[in-house]
Amino acid sequence: MTTARKGRRSRAKWPLRVLALGYVALLIILPVGTVFFRAFQHGIGTAWSAVTTPDAIHALMLTLLVVAVAVPLNTVFGVGVSLILARHRFPGAWLLDALVDIPLAISPVIIGLSLLLVYGKTGWFGNWLAARGIEVIFSVPGIIMASAAVSLPYVVREVLPVLQEIGDEQEQAAATLGAKPFTTFRRITLPSIRSGLAYGVTLTTARVLGEFGAVAVVSGDIAGHTQTMTLFISDSIGNLDPTAAYAGAVILALLALGVLAVLARRPEGRRRWQSRSDRSASDSELPLLSTTSA
Amino acid sequence: MAGLEVPDTGTVEIDGEDVTNVAVRDRGIGFCFQHYAPFRHMTVRKNVAFGLEVRKLPKREIAARVDELLELVKIRHLADRYPAQLSGGQRQRMALARALAIEPRVLLLDEPFGALDAQVRQQLRVWLRELHTSIAVTTLLVTHDQEEAMEVADRLAIINEGRLEQVGAPTDMYDNPANEFVMKFLGPATKFLGRWVRPHDLVVHPDSAFGGQPAVVERVTHLGFEIRADLRLATGQECWVQLSRGSAAESHLVKGESVWVSLVGAGDELPVTTRT
Repeated sequence: MTTARKGRRSRAKWPLRVLALGYVALLIILPVGTVFFRAFQHGIGTAWSAVTTPDAIHALMLTLLVVAVAVPLNTVFGVGVSLILARHRFPGAWLLDALVDIPLAISPVIIGLSLLLVYGKTGWFGNWLAARGIEVIFSVPGIIMASAAVSLPYVVREVLPVLQEIGDEQEQAAATLGAKPFTTFRRITLPSIRSGLAYGVTLTTARVLGEFGAVAVVSGDIAGHTQTMTLFISDSIGNLDPTAAYAGAVILALLALGVLAVLARRPEGRRRWQSRSDRSASDSELPLLSTTSA
Repeated sequence: MAGLEVPDTGTVEIDGEDVTNVAVRDRGIGFCFQHYAPFRHMTVRKNVAFGLEVRKLPKREIAARVDELLELVKIRHLADRYPAQLSGGQRQRMALARALAIEPRVLLLDEPFGALDAQVRQQLRVWLRELHTSIAVTTLLVTHDQEEAMEVADRLAIINEGRLEQVGAPTDMYDNPANEFVMKFLGPATKFLGRWVRPHDLVVHPDSAFGGQPAVVERVTHLGFEIRADLRLATGQECWVQLSRGSAAESHLVKGESVWVSLVGAGDELPVTTRT
């Protein structure tokens, strides 16, 4: 490759890089950066007090609670459904697959509305639930359900392809070696889906943290009771309290980034067994049984 | 036989025990897959130790046994690598060590060398045969490679479309095939005077001094160590002859030449049936 051609190649890369970075900057870096800036515009103290009001703290706690319940639920469900779809053949499998994807296609507001219609006081199960004193809509369980519903697909979408790609030979091998099904799951299946699962959980958490539409419909947005962080932020803007809004947004952003940092990193050790290019010498080093090993 | 699939009919017996309804993990079989099925997230050592860990053996015993097996299959120096860092042959040897770790009653090898290149396959074939003499485990090897089967097996079973065609010692089956399929599967075969014969049992002469059928040489192909000559008999039928380099040189086979071909050697002649 002549230097002239090489020069031309690397020169052509630059406009593309600038374009890509510019796109990301325009859509993400600039707006998010502005939020951080505006939050601390009037000083850290102001921001802090805006976000440590009882309502704000309650909103944060509620959001964390919803995450703590909805994410594990969807993780277990997601792994379970992925295993079923990947390892078993049954009529209607395609339907299950499609149903899991529905939350990606439907607007969250509609999901919230449908929950309202089913579990609200005048809904299908309304009477049954009311008779037992169970409040779903305009209460925390409803928020959890809505959050779980909108974030349903993420774990499945990440784990299922991995399961399909690696196949079940490793699991079969484990069985021949005497492992019971749960041991196989714990020691073979789970480690092999680890990175896909981590990413799926990350996406689920991020989605639950940031969910607005469905939760807004289902919760009633009662400050201090059923107001999540996202609703708090939206309300703060409506109440002309931008500092609280921006400060709240900063907290949410930091939470999401924290989750990303913890779950989605790839430790160096794992690269070793995922690498395909690093191979030892060919099998010409196979010694006969009679000689000693190298 | 491993229990990874369920048979439609019939039973599976190991050591006289009916295991048809016994779960895979309880059958005491060792299994090697064509694509090795290594536990990718574990080191070689952990792979081999898996079966022993599942049986909850003491750690020291596991470590000793694993070292012993790694030594046996000659990959001890790779013990702390991951399967992705091994070559195909090394992975299969690891798989073998892993299967042997649990001291199985039967070793099942499902086309174990199928994914390897020809030279490695050959080396491992010889090595497996030697290994088998030092570790006396009943071993079942499934292969499409007829040469591999002949070389490695004490006993051979040929299956065609789900039907067992013949069982026996390799050389017996080569010399006395039960039917056309076995004959053509185990070695080269060509039609001569209405019968299937081995091309290396046909002899070519420059004249009719030794009798035989008149024929014309259509093509001579040099395949390294052997020569293949395609002939057309006076009857119009075609057959081919397999010659070693030495005898080919003596015969002076040239395309278009007229020769005489006769059958020598006993055994393995089968009448040609209409279903070829």
